[in-house]
Amino acid sequence: MTLWQIDIYSADGQPDRLGTAVASDAADLGLASDLTICAVRGFLVQGEIDESQANQLARELFADGVVERTVVARAGDQRLSEPPNGKPQLLHVMLKPGVMDPVAQSALNAIADFGLKVEAIRTFRKFWLPATSADMVSTLSSRILANDSIEQVIVGPLELDHLQLGSPYEFELLHVAIRDLDDEGLMRLSREGQLYLTLVEMQTIQHYFRELSRDPTDAELESIAQTWSEHCSHKTLAGRIAYRDENGEQRFENMLKETIFAATQQIRRDLGEDDWCVSVFEDNAGIVRFDDDYNVVFKVETHNHPSALEPYGGANTGIGGVIRDPMGTGLGAKPICNTDVFCFAPPDISTSDLPPGVLHPRRVMKGVVSGVRDYGNRMGIPTVNGAIYFDERYLGNPLVYCGNVGLIPRDKSSKEVKAGDWIVSVGGRTGRDGIHGATFSSAELTSESESLSGGAVQIGNAITEKMVLDVILQARDRGLYSAVTDCGAGGFSSAVGEMGEKTGAEVWLDKAPLKYDGLSYTEIWISEAQERMVLSVPPGNWDEFESLCRSERVEASIIGKFVSTGRLQLKYNDNIVADLPMELLHEGRPPIVRDAVYEAPATTPLEMPAASSLDLNAALCKILGSLNVASKEWVIRQYDHEVQGGSVIKPLVGVENDGPGDAAVVRPVLNSYRGIAVSCGMNPRYGDFDTYHMAASAIDEAIRNCVAVGADPSRISILDNFCWGYTDRPETLGSLVRAALACRDLAIAFGTPFISGKDSLNNEFSYESADGKQTISIPPSLLISAMGQVEDVRKCVTMDLKEAGNAIYIVGLTSNELGGSHFALVEQLAGGEVPKVNTDVAKQTFAALHQAIQSGCIRACHDLSEGGLAVGIAEMAFAGGLGVSLSLVNVPNNVDSPVDATILFSESNSRFICEVPAGMKAKFERLVSNLPHAVIGEVNDSRRVVIGGSTGDPLIDNSIAELKEAWQSPLRW
Amino acid sequence: MPTPRVLILRAPGTNCDLESVHAFELAGGNVDLVHINQLLANPALPRQYQILCLPGGFSYGDDISAGRILGNQIRHHLQETLVEFKSAGKLILGICNGFQVLIRSGILLADDDQGEPATLTWNSSGKFEDRWVKLGVDGHKSVFLNGIESMYLPVAHAEGKFVTRSAALLDRLKGACQLALRYTALHASNGHVPYPDNPNGSQANVAGVCDETGRVFGLMPHPERFVDPTQHPRWTREGLQEHGDGLLLFQNAVRYFES
Repeated sequence: MTLWQIDIYSADGQPDRLGTAVASDAADLGLASDLTICAVRGFLVQGEIDESQANQLARELFADGVVERTVVARAGDQRLSEPPNGKPQLLHVMLKPGVMDPVAQSALNAIADFGLKVEAIRTFRKFWLPATSADMVSTLSSRILANDSIEQVIVGPLELDHLQLGSPYEFELLHVAIRDLDDEGLMRLSREGQLYLTLVEMQTIQHYFRELSRDPTDAELESIAQTWSEHCSHKTLAGRIAYRDENGEQRFENMLKETIFAATQQIRRDLGEDDWCVSVFEDNAGIVRFDDDYNVVFKVETHNHPSALEPYGGANTGIGGVIRDPMGTGLGAKPICNTDVFCFAPPDISTSDLPPGVLHPRRVMKGVVSGVRDYGNRMGIPTVNGAIYFDERYLGNPLVYCGNVGLIPRDKSSKEVKAGDWIVSVGGRTGRDGIHGATFSSAELTSESESLSGGAVQIGNAITEKMVLDVILQARDRGLYSAVTDCGAGGFSSAVGEMGEKTGAEVWLDKAPLKYDGLSYTEIWISEAQERMVLSVPPGNWDEFESLCRSERVEASIIGKFVSTGRLQLKYNDNIVADLPMELLHEGRPPIVRDAVYEAPATTPLEMPAASSLDLNAALCKILGSLNVASKEWVIRQYDHEVQGGSVIKPLVGVENDGPGDAAVVRPVLNSYRGIAVSCGMNPRYGDFDTYHMAASAIDEAIRNCVAVGADPSRISILDNFCWGYTDRPETLGSLVRAALACRDLAIAFGTPFISGKDSLNNEFSYESADGKQTISIPPSLLISAMGQVEDVRKCVTMDLKEAGNAIYIVGLTSNELGGSHFALVEQLAGGEVPKVNTDVAKQTFAALHQAIQSGCIRACHDLSEGGLAVGIAEMAFAGGLGVSLSLVNVPNNVDSPVDATILFSESNSRFICEVPAGMKAKFERLVSNLPHAVIGEVNDSRRVVIGGSTGDPLIDNSIAELKEAWQSPLRW
Repeated sequence: MPTPRVLILRAPGTNCDLESVHAFELAGGNVDLVHINQLLANPALPRQYQILCLPGGFSYGDDISAGRILGNQIRHHLQETLVEFKSAGKLILGICNGFQVLIRSGILLADDDQGEPATLTWNSSGKFEDRWVKLGVDGHKSVFLNGIESMYLPVAHAEGKFVTRSAALLDRLKGACQLALRYTALHASNGHVPYPDNPNGSQANVAGVCDETGRVFGLMPHPERFVDPTQHPRWTREGLQEHGDGLLLFQNAVRYFES
């Protein structure tokens, strides 16, 4: 065996892409302004190959001879350490052993195709730097070049003579002596074993095993911890809660069930025979009716804690994980589009202000976007919708919401595991990666998290998942399996545990294919290695299923069988390593009882500065350039939003394809014009005022975005994703319960069902500072994602103004609601009233708008949200490359003594701006006659936005070029 | 002549296969989707087909570099099959990743004594980008571009920058009218095509290349993403065209065998 090293440099005259990117990151973070770096990508190849074969591989496989040059030598050879001019300092960055390396894996297969014998490959990056201090090397390493949670940095030449391949595992059955522990001992076990269970839960487990007169095995204890984790069981929100607010006290046996879920039940009852929900809060994703042949499914998940530690891998596996939800829904849906919403700290924070253990938000953002991009694009799923919110409080705890819509034949929408079926694992192999992800995601992040839970951080391999998807859809259509689910948090333990809940399961852990030797039975059981699905395959179908998988080189293995014992029995070879009743796992967890209190913060009026001291033109530009509002084109273009060929309304619209669309529309069935609209609503700033109105506003926003492009408001389904701080604090939980009450009320009022949801609690970051322990809690962050349906996509509209001479209408009432607004943000004004929703008016507005769009009255439609009327109309104008002339005089409002700035920037809900051609005005007015509405101006060719105030003086007078530049420049990276 | 049969080849990571099937079907082709392993097991399979299409995606993850692994598989195992296909007067189309694979496999531009004459490498922007581009057709060599002067289509790739090993090679391809499709400027610009009109920094603004016969053609833009009028990014402003610009390319391929 020889270990060859292949270094690949850019050829002379060709750009050094990686070196340049690193230097520009160093400049962006203020670390070094004029760094020049020479970057090399490299491969270590271990096998029975000689020098000419190594050179052949370098030439024909690894490097691109037109634009690259190589250095090939035995590892350790001097030639590999000859520095380029003026850059004597050498660094290598390699993935830590066991971390997924998709390129190495593909290279291994590709070399087999050459007929050469190679047993291991590792990739690395290599950097040549100018002579610099050891401090600088270490700063660059930790801030830019490498991430300690998955990578190692080697300063100087690589001194490896072989690659480690893992060592064999020697079986030893482990028991955990739990029966004699006191409370303190139980809690230590919970913490140090990374079980993250509460004392009551630990006591329950202890009691159970005392009754059995034996100790649990490690696998048993882990199974219970995984199933009972917050991540898997949502025990807090589905638990007992005593909630108090200004209306008194309410007690919930199961809070989610009695609020959000109950609302859906009521909507379905009211719809009676017209009920279009198919499966809600049951399967891995919610399912609703689409057309005569298909249903659609929708799910949004979060991957916050892994993304905090390793943004690329966290987001990568976040999107990879949520794609497996529709794949594991019913008998498997085909993913048709993604939606991704992120929350970060502002990217301009100074590096020296970062608390220990925190990655710079700019790095987090770049990593997260790349992670989503690389996985979504490779899967061939268009990413069509998203949003990014910025707030200092996301510093140590960014949020990464990833969602996926799937299409499933109506007759494949349910599943049933049958006793006697094989338990089959399909896809990726099991490794030591991702161990304790489920329990880790339920814990609070600290500056130590990186070292404590490095195993929970992973990199995905999208192609493995794509290959699994390809075979699963074929196997589904041939009827080869009776149930499927994804391996997510908790790995096999959760997947098999859930599938076998009603039957029982016997699992042969030694049969699971492993990435490398050395895994214990418990590691196999709880590993969260990515890209695995678990299927229930009737024995009679196994041969056909296995041969289908083999034909596409997808690994499928029988790892056990479903049995009718009601027990979960795990074996390793012939040793029983766990034997528990399913009932203990799924029903045995003691109910969590929590107090929740909501106390409304004291309201203070917003003091509007005197008109003379306000520069409204400047305020408009500041809001357009504020990070939440500013163009996200840099992100959007990196996502393939058109793959699958169904794109109808793209995320960027308008005359130059760069205006902010309200919602995306896709046609999932290419020979039909029926469409799906996807949008979202979120505004954490409102949560600082009242989480009820925050939630109500988010729902209104998600729906109005969908309606604005032409979706039918009576066919919109929504998802909730709660990301909150530490809910053991009654006031934190109280603010969440209050938001859930709003979800219930609004869903019922609008007839808009929640069909699935997910929560992520304990999103706080703690660190030690000179002043003691500091904790940053995220703001209450409720994301509402909406999936609308469009009967005929050819009637859709976009938000860009279309033609001079058309009338501009506003529909909806403007109130004095500047609390939490972006105007208040940029002008640094406190207090005020947060926007509320008048559900009666809103519902009528949505219906009327929909009719108007359907009947062709509307050329452009845009909802009003952050920045209100002024921002909405400015966006419409610059997206359309046209001008407008407006007057505020007729804007329907109930602002006491109208102040122009309030009407311009108030963020009152349920409002739209519509562009209506002269010939359609009468018809349009008939449709909105019962609603607050007015003509407020006209589209023109001036390429200026001119808005006159109550006295007739122009308040805003700005060119669309300047407004657009304000909007585009902040995130033009 | 009966309806031509189209073989759309998919591999692990191919992801524009279904819309390519749809586009060829709209154009009147009789389409089968075939996995690379089926083809490797039965290299005679293409004899039953008139058109071979390598669709877009990330074959084998584009790990190492775009199209490399599938390109090598073709070099190692299917060279004869494809040379036979080509010399039988049949058509080969590579879209995006398919173009990358055709380049890597040597099927589109044959190797010379120094190896591959050209590559599709990383975009000058250094990143994957999805955007619409205006395209111009040069010469009438490519069968696929017959009767087309310009098209508006989306690109969506990270590695689409066409670079030849030498300026002389570029000139030779140009002289032979093989640089069949190029990015053009959206606004008047004295011949210079600035970013992002040339989205990736390709030499000579090359967007698509054909072989010396004109029957093998690869392009980075996605014609299959504009066969229906609702796929145009501005149809809500400009109205619905009769059909998408890309449809004609597929119709040309099918009609080639019908005439």
